[in-house]
Amino acid sequence: MKWDFDNDRPIYQQIVEQLEKAVVSGDYKPGEKLPSVRELASAAGVNPNTMQRAMAELESRGLVVTQRTSGRSVTEDGAAIDEKRSGIAEEHTNVYIAAMKTLGYAKEEILKLVRGKLE
Amino acid sequence: MNTVLECNALTKRYGSGIVALKNVTLSLPAGKIIGLLGPNGSGKTTLIKTACGLLTPSSGEIRVCGLKPGAESKALAAYLPEREYLPEWMRVKDIIRYFADFYVNFSTEKARDMLKRLSLDPEMKLKTMSKGTREKIQLIMVMSREADLYILDEPIGGVDPAARDYILDTIIGNYSENATVLLSTHLITDIERVLDTVVFINQGEVMLTRDVEDIREDSGKSIDTLFREMYRV
Repeated sequence: MKWDFDNDRPIYQQIVEQLEKAVVSGDYKPGEKLPSVRELASAAGVNPNTMQRAMAELESRGLVVTQRTSGRSVTEDGAAIDEKRSGIAEEHTNVYIAAMKTLGYAKEEILKLVRGKLE
Repeated sequence: MNTVLECNALTKRYGSGIVALKNVTLSLPAGKIIGLLGPNGSGKTTLIKTACGLLTPSSGEIRVCGLKPGAESKALAAYLPEREYLPEWMRVKDIIRYFADFYVNFSTEKARDMLKRLSLDPEMKLKTMSKGTREKIQLIMVMSREADLYILDEPIGGVDPAARDYILDTIIGNYSENATVLLSTHLITDIERVLDTVVFINQGEVMLTRDVEDIREDSGKSIDTLFREMYRV
């Protein structure tokens, strides 16, 4: 996968966001084994401790699981992945609506615009 | 947590009257990649050379892996000097043999493996290689030692971006949880994602020692931006 970082935000947060996106979009399949921390750190060009911290965060969010013998893999829990996908979709929607409201658009106008784009 | 480098009120005065290090107190933990950052002439190389036993402190104390710099500490700390130091006539295979003779903790296998990835012919002489390739070889030799502390003085100065990526990747790839890498540079943007901790040094004094992610979290700034702000005259 392709990594892209801003140096002015904590890198581990950006790793978490980008790996979450990779999981919900299916770049990493449910149950798929993940590369080692060292391999991931090397591919992303980041500090191994930072990558380790991001993995621990993804584990605590339930998207990544650790098997005692074979390292880490993506969860097989489809519901957890769906929930994350909805969460990300909602964030994007909120950002869009907030931006449209600052432009002075009302609910009906926003809906009309979106419908028009999609059709 | 184990401390791999400790300075207590360390001061270094040169004969010319220049004070290169002023009362430096510092404690660097094991298992980190640490950036020693400062402009030219700020004291980075003096600190590194003192840690490597090439300079003696004027006052104060420095300890490397718990030891005063000397033969024993040199066996535990692998040092990459700023300048090229291997003779030009040497072939790649000579250099490997030379390091294997010199350092008990040198892994010939590891060095051969890394050189293979660079597809370098062991018969090649240093003289015939580009500056970037020579710098990569010197780094490979240093990183092939099983050390507790790797001290790299300006490892990415003066090489092209591709060589820079290779060098950073070699540092990440060889990093082990028990070892610390201390590297000095003034090229911050290129390396800040690789670091755990930064030490800002200016005019021989330590201005800041902090975790890089804490800096980003608290200030919303990159390390490069913070550095530029702190060093603006």
